[in-house]
Amino acid sequence: MALLETKGLTARYGDFQALFGVDIVLDQGETIAIIGANGAGKTTLLRSIAGVLANQPNAVLFDGEPVGVLAAPDIVARGIAMVPEGRKLFPSLSVEENLLIGRYGRAVKGHWTLETVYNLFPVLKERRVNPGTALSGGQQQMVAIGRALMSNPRVLLCDEISLGLAPVIIKDIYAAFPRIREAGASIIMVEQDIGQALKVSDRVYCMMEGRITLSGVPSELTREKIHAAYFGVA
Amino acid sequence: MTWLDTIIQGVLLGGLYALFAAGLSLVFGIMRLVNLAHGDLIVLAAFLILVLVTALGLNPFVATLVAMPLMFAIGWALQFFLLNRTLGADILPPLLVTFGLSIVIQNGLLEGFTADSRRVSVGGLESASVALGPIHVGVMPVLTLASAIAVIIGLNQLFYRTSLGRAFRATSDDPVTAGLMGIRPKRIFATATGIALAVVTIAALYLGTRANFNPTIGPARLIYAFEAVIIGGLGSLWGTLFGGIVIGIAQTFGAAINPEWQILAGHLAFLVVLLVRPRGLFPRAVD
Repeated sequence: MALLETKGLTARYGDFQALFGVDIVLDQGETIAIIGANGAGKTTLLRSIAGVLANQPNAVLFDGEPVGVLAAPDIVARGIAMVPEGRKLFPSLSVEENLLIGRYGRAVKGHWTLETVYNLFPVLKERRVNPGTALSGGQQQMVAIGRALMSNPRVLLCDEISLGLAPVIIKDIYAAFPRIREAGASIIMVEQDIGQALKVSDRVYCMMEGRITLSGVPSELTREKIHAAYFGVA
Repeated sequence: MTWLDTIIQGVLLGGLYALFAAGLSLVFGIMRLVNLAHGDLIVLAAFLILVLVTALGLNPFVATLVAMPLMFAIGWALQFFLLNRTLGADILPPLLVTFGLSIVIQNGLLEGFTADSRRVSVGGLESASVALGPIHVGVMPVLTLASAIAVIIGLNQLFYRTSLGRAFRATSDDPVTAGLMGIRPKRIFATATGIALAVVTIAALYLGTRANFNPTIGPARLIYAFEAVIIGGLGSLWGTLFGGIVIGIAQTFGAAINPEWQILAGHLAFLVVLLVRPRGLFPRAVD
């Protein structure tokens, strides 16, 4: 049985429809990547799963249970955490407080604690009393990932974690993902960098204009196929 | 020596204004909600204490401890069921609703308690004084300032040392992302207003024991509270205490020159600070 599944997921912002029946499947232990051009609906898909946008109950199934209508706090309580696009650290909170807020109001069991997050990203321990937003972009992204991990999620949603970062920093951040997977999280990542997406994922979905246009394992996807699915030209 | 006396009395009076202002500052800081009924809620709490004292024969300090959880519950419900619906990009709905609430509370209290002036008696403590060297200070004013300082220390500890405080600050920064962390902003706002009204109850104890009160004096207390918050700078609780003291000193100096100038002097001090430092003396908020 799939760990997380969307079935005919639609989403709209007022009169504008952003998703037209999206079906994706995430199995236990898997990492899937969602690629696509700007405006293809990738972020909307993650926001729908995370409960920021409301859906039909059966449009999102987690562990076989319908979770489409649940709001964000209920979704994170069930074990789906999000690293939002643009990191969205809380400026009034220190690095350590940003991490602690990731498990607000719940007694969470699991691998990820302050200590294990600091082991994963040692630089954060040195900066832990600084305001989160005083850090470099790459360090802020580490805080955002650590903050999501603090809830010990079964599914981690990562939205454009390489956006605006230097290649060497992106490499450092992606180096942490094998350990995140080993600790038990299944991952959905939205990524504009197709090379990076193909490298880290078990399967890839390509979106265009609110629909899935291609899916498959990275080794079977040719440049031409991706190009066609990405831009809609044959 | 009269100057020193005037300053000390002003500082002590400032403690009362800081108590008026602390709840207002808390609510504005967390949800950018300007509660125009704040002064009337202080008066409501004073009547609640009065009822507990007269009907149950409680000591006023015990009555305050009983009233605090009741006022917390009123604040929680008020925010959760009414004020949360007014919050949004437009700042006008919360102003209109709390303005209406102010009128409702005043008229409700007039119906229930008439327009008579009331006072809560603390059994002779209101006229007791202690000598500080050559200066004599009232016991109740000293307790007022001590309570104000205790409230501000307590709120700062809550804000910067607890998990709830982190949630307050995170929700104030970004309610949508706070939701992704498992925080329910509407409940956080309700809790904040509940705490603000618990603080209001402490302010009401001193309002009701130091001088007479009646159902219509709320709006003037709101003005003092506002001025204290603005002088201190938005988002700083210590600044709010300082702002209260500035108004207190200005009022006692005004009254020392001519009793008719007491209230005017406080407002003038506020205007001067606003001219020189429009963002207040210790602003913390960036927006």
